[in-house]
Amino acid sequence: MSQDVPAAAARPLVIRGLVAAHFAAAVASLVVSVTGGFLFSLLFVQRYPFEGVELLSPGRVRMVHTNLIAFGFLFNGFLGALYWALPRVTGRPVLDARLGWLIFWVWQGVLLAVFLGILAGHAQAVEWGETPVWIDPAVVLGAVLLMVQFLPCVARSGEKALYVTAWYVTAGLIWTGLTYIMGNYLPQFFVPGASGAAITGLYIHDLVGLFVTPMGWGLMYYFVPTILKKPVFSHGLSLIGFWGLAFFYPLNGVHHFLYSPIPMYAQYGAVVSTVAVEVVVTTVIVNFFMTLRGRGDMLRTSLPIRWFFTGMVFYFITCLQCAYQVTLTAQKIVHFTDWVVGHSHLVMFGVFSFWVLGMIEHLWPRLAGREWHAPAWNAWCYWLSTIGMSAMFVTLVAAGLLQGFLWKELAPWEASVVSSMPFWLARTLSGVMIVLGIFLFGLNMLLTAFAPAPRTEARPALAAARE
Amino acid sequence: MERFSGIFLVAGLAFFLFAFVAMGAIPYVHFVDLPIKTAEDLAPAVLEDFADLERRWPEAFAAAFPGGATVQSCAAALREGRDVYIAEGCWHCHSQYVRPVSNEDARWGRISAPAEYHNELQLPQLFGTRRVGPDLTRQARVHSNDWHAAHFYNPRSVSPTSVMPPFPWLFEDRGKGPEPNRKGLSTIAYVQWLGSWIPLEERNDFAR
Repeated sequence: MSQDVPAAAARPLVIRGLVAAHFAAAVASLVVSVTGGFLFSLLFVQRYPFEGVELLSPGRVRMVHTNLIAFGFLFNGFLGALYWALPRVTGRPVLDARLGWLIFWVWQGVLLAVFLGILAGHAQAVEWGETPVWIDPAVVLGAVLLMVQFLPCVARSGEKALYVTAWYVTAGLIWTGLTYIMGNYLPQFFVPGASGAAITGLYIHDLVGLFVTPMGWGLMYYFVPTILKKPVFSHGLSLIGFWGLAFFYPLNGVHHFLYSPIPMYAQYGAVVSTVAVEVVVTTVIVNFFMTLRGRGDMLRTSLPIRWFFTGMVFYFITCLQCAYQVTLTAQKIVHFTDWVVGHSHLVMFGVFSFWVLGMIEHLWPRLAGREWHAPAWNAWCYWLSTIGMSAMFVTLVAAGLLQGFLWKELAPWEASVVSSMPFWLARTLSGVMIVLGIFLFGLNMLLTAFAPAPRTEARPALAAARE
Repeated sequence: MERFSGIFLVAGLAFFLFAFVAMGAIPYVHFVDLPIKTAEDLAPAVLEDFADLERRWPEAFAAAFPGGATVQSCAAALREGRDVYIAEGCWHCHSQYVRPVSNEDARWGRISAPAEYHNELQLPQLFGTRRVGPDLTRQARVHSNDWHAAHFYNPRSVSPTSVMPPFPWLFEDRGKGPEPNRKGLSTIAYVQWLGSWIPLEERNDFAR
């Protein structure tokens, strides 16, 4: 799908520096985020190392953990991959390189402010949007600048039918800004209580469904066929997937507060549209596996494809789980329990982070102009993450069922805490595997970029990447 | 619709707005006529517990609230306690609503109703999505102020199996051992407020 740069365009199609900078910031955020998650998990085995230290209070560290995975790792990772993929898909460069660097620094400034602000006790009570109220305008500014930067790419492409990646990015960029404004301003200043909760629910889920999902799907529709060197299985199927996502995903949010004082028709609507989304997701899963069909050998030879494949298997599991857990029957037991924590880790880390790690795995040597410093470390990262994530998911889902039934049986509250502790210990251990893998990956990126060996521009792999 | 403008307008704007109206705006319309209560409206229900804090720690209380326990100072305490509840991420491990299923009314008390949440202290709302610790929306007077002070200083001193972290920065030593400071007094007042608006017999002790 790569296209020649039009003769009129004198500037480079892809600004490589921006891709590299966003990827580096992404993985730096990921390292901080998983470290925070690991620290927080120690609280649950009564071994939190910084007990009594105000700035490292576990409740604050938890918010750093979740915000950095969304706004630090995934945001930067998607932006880096977009700077690489979108100009190639549309044949037009992004608006301006200087604007790109402005967005980059605004965004890293936002992340630093979020990190320090939350630790200093300025969190905002919007789940997954704990970004302090005083930094929200900068986030909105960043989201608007992103539209200015990327949408001209698509608008000017002049093609009769846009490739599906461009659809997802177009809609996703608009949704991201709207979602953030809705979630961080309405419940904070204007809409209290139950109606505010409905909007917070929309925000929590729109951040997954209308930012993370369209970017993830859109980029997968670029990288999978590119790496496999074959066209995507069905463009028609991707069309159904896109319009299904666009219609049903924004309706999902209230399912975070089932059996709450939010009007019941909104809760029923959320359940129905959530089940509908799981049907839509199937189109993406089918498209991926059918595209991979016949190239199964790539699972052995290509680590990016292995990340994508494993992420897609996890995606299937997590979506199947979601269609079940969203029902009002299952909610009686699993709501408020670790079941949901297991689900969200599988989606955010097991699926979308795996995909972004696959993209970085694929592009980093091309950006650095060198092969990976130690390819084996990346394989270690893959296996540690995969085994750690699977173990964490199974552990938390099992713990969630236990907690849910103990609560329903009116066992003393302490019983649910004490019986969960072995599961929480297993969760910490599985988290250690993930942290180790991510540290190896980050170190490998550093050594690859700054290794003393000379750059060798003429490598076949690099030439292939510039086709 | 496969063109840029179609995707931008239909998927990007129209579908988003449709969902916002259906799931956000219409539920909001139900509550439009309901006045949003201020902290001053809410304070009288918890004023007695707030005054009890003054009796227990007179010097610490005088330093924190020089005017004594009034509706105004109590309202200020509720706001500040709510801020601590948010800053420390309490709402990530404690929920604030009782569901009509899974015997929750037997464990916590009366099932939650929308009007209970239509006030300044639920802006933004603090329903919560996870219960590591118990639901708190029927907590008022389930425990004494003393219990809460001991619990915030070191949760395991009163609940040995707890995984809640200690919050020593809500206390300061004025020569008689740690006593709750302004933030600590406010946090205790906030927790004693949760559920204070319904009769005591409809608030259950979760250990029962």
